[in-house]
Amino acid sequence: MANIDYSEKIPNNVRLNEDRTLQRALEQWQPNYLNWWSDMGPDGSQGFDVYLRTAVSVDPQGWAQFGHVKMPEYRWGIFLNPADPARKIHFGDHMGENVWQDVPGEYRANLRRIIVTQGDTEPASVEQQRHLGLTAPSLYDLRNLFQVNVEEGRHLWAMVYLLHKYFGRDGREEGAALLERRSGQQDNPRILQAFNEETPDWLSFFMFTYFTDRDGKFQLCALAESSFDPLARTTKFMLTEEAHHMFVGESGVSRVIQRTCQIMNELRTDDPAKLRAAGVIDLPTIQRYLNFHFSVTIDLFGADQSSNAATFYSTGLKGRFEEGKRTDDHMLKHDSYKVLQVRGDALVEQEVPMLNALNEVLRDDYIKDSVGGVERWNKVIEKAGIAFRLKVPHKAFHRSIGTLADVKVAPDGRVVSEAEWNAKVNDWLPSPADRVFVASLMGRVVEPGRFANWIAPPVMGINRQPADFEYVRFN
Amino acid sequence: MDMAATTLIRQHLIDPEICIRCNTCEATCPVGAITHDSRNYVVDASKCNMCMDCISPCPTGSIDNWRTLQRHAAYSVTEQLAWDTLPAELSAEQLADASAAQIPQPLESDVATAPAGDQSTLKGGSFGATIPPWSAAHAYTNLYGPKAPEHSIIATVVGNVRVTEVGTDYDTHHIVLDFGSMPFPVLEGQSIGIIPPGADAQGRPHHARQYSVASPRNGERPGYNNLSLTIKRVLEDHQGNAVRGVASNYMCDLRIGDKVHVIGPFGASFLMPNHPRSNIVMICTGTGSAPMRAMTEWRRRLRQSGKFDGGKLMLFFGARTKEELPYFGPLQNLPKDFIDINLAFSRTPGQPKRYVQHAMRERGADLAELLADPNTCIYVCGLKAMEEGVMLALQDVVSEAGMAWETLAAALKRQGRLHLETY
Ligand SMILES: Cc1cc2nc3c(=O)[nH]c(=O)nc-3n(C[C@H](O)[C@H](O)[C@H](O)COP(=O)(O)OP(=O)(O)OC[C@H]3O[C@@H](n4cnc5c(N)ncnc54)[C@H](O)[C@@H]3O)c2cc1C
Ligand code: SF4
Ligand code: SF4
Repeated sequence: MANIDYSEKIPNNVRLNEDRTLQRALEQWQPNYLNWWSDMGPDGSQGFDVYLRTAVSVDPQGWAQFGHVKMPEYRWGIFLNPADPARKIHFGDHMGENVWQDVPGEYRANLRRIIVTQGDTEPASVEQQRHLGLTAPSLYDLRNLFQVNVEEGRHLWAMVYLLHKYFGRDGREEGAALLERRSGQQDNPRILQAFNEETPDWLSFFMFTYFTDRDGKFQLCALAESSFDPLARTTKFMLTEEAHHMFVGESGVSRVIQRTCQIMNELRTDDPAKLRAAGVIDLPTIQRYLNFHFSVTIDLFGADQSSNAATFYSTGLKGRFEEGKRTDDHMLKHDSYKVLQVRGDALVEQEVPMLNALNEVLRDDYIKDSVGGVERWNKVIEKAGIAFRLKVPHKAFHRSIGTLADVKVAPDGRVVSEAEWNAKVNDWLPSPADRVFVASLMGRVVEPGRFANWIAPPVMGINRQPADFEYVRFN
Repeated sequence: MDMAATTLIRQHLIDPEICIRCNTCEATCPVGAITHDSRNYVVDASKCNMCMDCISPCPTGSIDNWRTLQRHAAYSVTEQLAWDTLPAELSAEQLADASAAQIPQPLESDVATAPAGDQSTLKGGSFGATIPPWSAAHAYTNLYGPKAPEHSIIATVVGNVRVTEVGTDYDTHHIVLDFGSMPFPVLEGQSIGIIPPGADAQGRPHHARQYSVASPRNGERPGYNNLSLTIKRVLEDHQGNAVRGVASNYMCDLRIGDKVHVIGPFGASFLMPNHPRSNIVMICTGTGSAPMRAMTEWRRRLRQSGKFDGGKLMLFFGARTKEELPYFGPLQNLPKDFIDINLAFSRTPGQPKRYVQHAMRERGADLAELLADPNTCIYVCGLKAMEEGVMLALQDVVSEAGMAWETLAAALKRQGRLHLETY
């Protein structure tokens, strides 16, 4: 690290070459990062040449450079969207003031916490997905997995940059701790529960990238409104990369559905047993995976009522999704919002002060966006002429955070007894047998142009490359 | 190529079945041509300038879709917002029928020669490269604009002369802008945006109009911080109805000393090669000659200083008449061993109509020889409707020379050697 040419090795637009303090902090951190990557990055992939998209600058020509890269040599880079010197704070108590170029002392702890929580999710998903390379259904999918992984890695860099640059010694310690926690590890787990769940198979991976990376999009959008300008600019740029992750999920699930429908039509059956025997994943199983990932993900938005969320908003640290496009007063002191409560054995809506319900506001925005994509999956089924619809479960289903954590609710929103829950849980969530079946399909397909039996080929290759392109070269 | 009679456009569209509504394109587009509702992301054909900035950042490829249409039948934003699937490409017959009903002239004859059902021949937009030639200089883009720290830069008009003959219905002006001490570095092939003063009928400020830079990288006047533009006054729309184009009239009427709000520069792929043995084939109509003038002039200056005698220049240039061809005089004065000039006029009295693609076919043998050379880059610029005819002519010339068009076209695109800029 000592003789690094920073602009070459760490492409950046933060003048790393001129910032000795930052260089020193990163010099300490980078070897640990590389160790973490070799320990916890994708299993057995260190020597491969992967057709990756690398950002070398933030303009349209620079941030989407395609070419074969050995993953550990990926240019991780630190990029912020260009600054707008005229940018003003546009919500909360400081509305109208200039955005902050430095961290205001009174908000230091909260900002650090927000950045650390965001940063913690990035390496976590790499850890969760590390063994998936061994069971990839095609070279195309393997490449997408690696692309997602290197960008999660780069997003970690982005957050660590903020910690190092603006939070002094505390920031350096937090940066080190990000490399020490491990997903699913008992004594030092990742901060958020969904990031400690396993991603055992590719259907889970696609569901994860569809639902959980979309949570990432909404969190990043909310942070991109922040009054702390470096955070806003960093997360704006991260969003452009996050899009690919959601694409992997949306198109992945869609291809699984398409293949299933094709076999359903060939065999003229909707019998799960027959379909499983034919080596594809039946639609009810896909629905159960959807139920699981949706419910686990909406927990990530936090408790339905939260005074922290109110503080983050009023102090200008974190805005709402598309804050700039909303037409209210951007203070929300007199507004209210409906949240769900359990009364006896029924769910009822209750008006609460909007400021305290901001997690719920973001969750509802997220749900709307998720439903849109599920409807696009339904189009695939509809096109195949099959009468089946996927549905996102009720917001109160299978929750473990907030008021709804204490009740058992069916996917259709009925409050049910413990007994009914136990009797039906295997219809609603993936059962151990479902998981065993899906795992049994996971074999490795790495011949260019070939795809595992349970998934359809993509409509289009990456960067317009043909489907049989050598997306990964095993040297 | 005839300007008033051309009605086919390549419309830029997003495939709603593949798009994941991630907003990357909207965040990327420098001119705000992309919008969305809760259902779809769509491209506004009246704003999109085909800069291709949105193509590679889109994670799905759904944004790289193009349809040939009659201009008056272009899909509106409202229409696109309601789509579930992308409409099929119109067949050659459908297009030809529509053209014949509308306007009796040029393009339909070319379109009709396209084998029915062979859509690849119509996809001019998809043949063009999105990367520059390997030896191109690095271009600065978007230094000024809504997403840059400085929203615009003020330039002073230091020259405005008419370059087509007085008395014809078209007047085209050569306008020189000076940037004083503000940085505004450009390369041949880039364009800039002009923000006309005032507001449109809805009271919104006018959107910026794009104009190609007509001068070489070291300025219209070498060593000064200036550049030139070639602007045609728009007095009728594409259907021939009388309208007064907002920006073009504003620009053509400027006087020396007037101030103009400029954004840009734009474009990072329509750039010239710089290695000494590179050849340049230029195909243009009307004001599409602006970037060609820039490249030719840069080569001329280099040649004067003793460099670049190896690379060849070949130009195909179309206009209605000799009188309407911008820079006709200066063009005639260039040495024959420096540039191989082929003109095509569609309205010379007593003469059959000739379009650029006719000239290209006539010079097929020489053109094919240049195309086969990996040192050759090809540039097409002018009105959108010329693209089809030109692409078909290229294809024929290549096949007749015994080369495989698919292979060559793919190489031209991948190596950043074929560039289309039509408007
Ligand atoms: C990349 C790029 C480079 C360009 N380079 C040049 C250049 O070098 N020189 C140049 O003169 N123009 C150039 N243009 C076109 C230019 O940007 C404007 O479209 C043109 O000047 C008309 O603008 P306007 O404001 O006068 O007309 P508007 O007020 O925008 O339009 C008035 C009406 O005229 C129609 N119209 C628009 N353009 C034309 C046209 N060319 N012929 C006939 N009808 C038209 C419109 O559809 C509309 O109905 C370029 C465009 C692009 C995208
Ligand atoms: S091609 Fe350029 S102008 Fe057109 S939509 Fe894409 S980014 Fe916008
Ligand atoms: S970038 Fe591509 S996928 Fe994303 S919204 Fe635009 S067209 Fe759709």
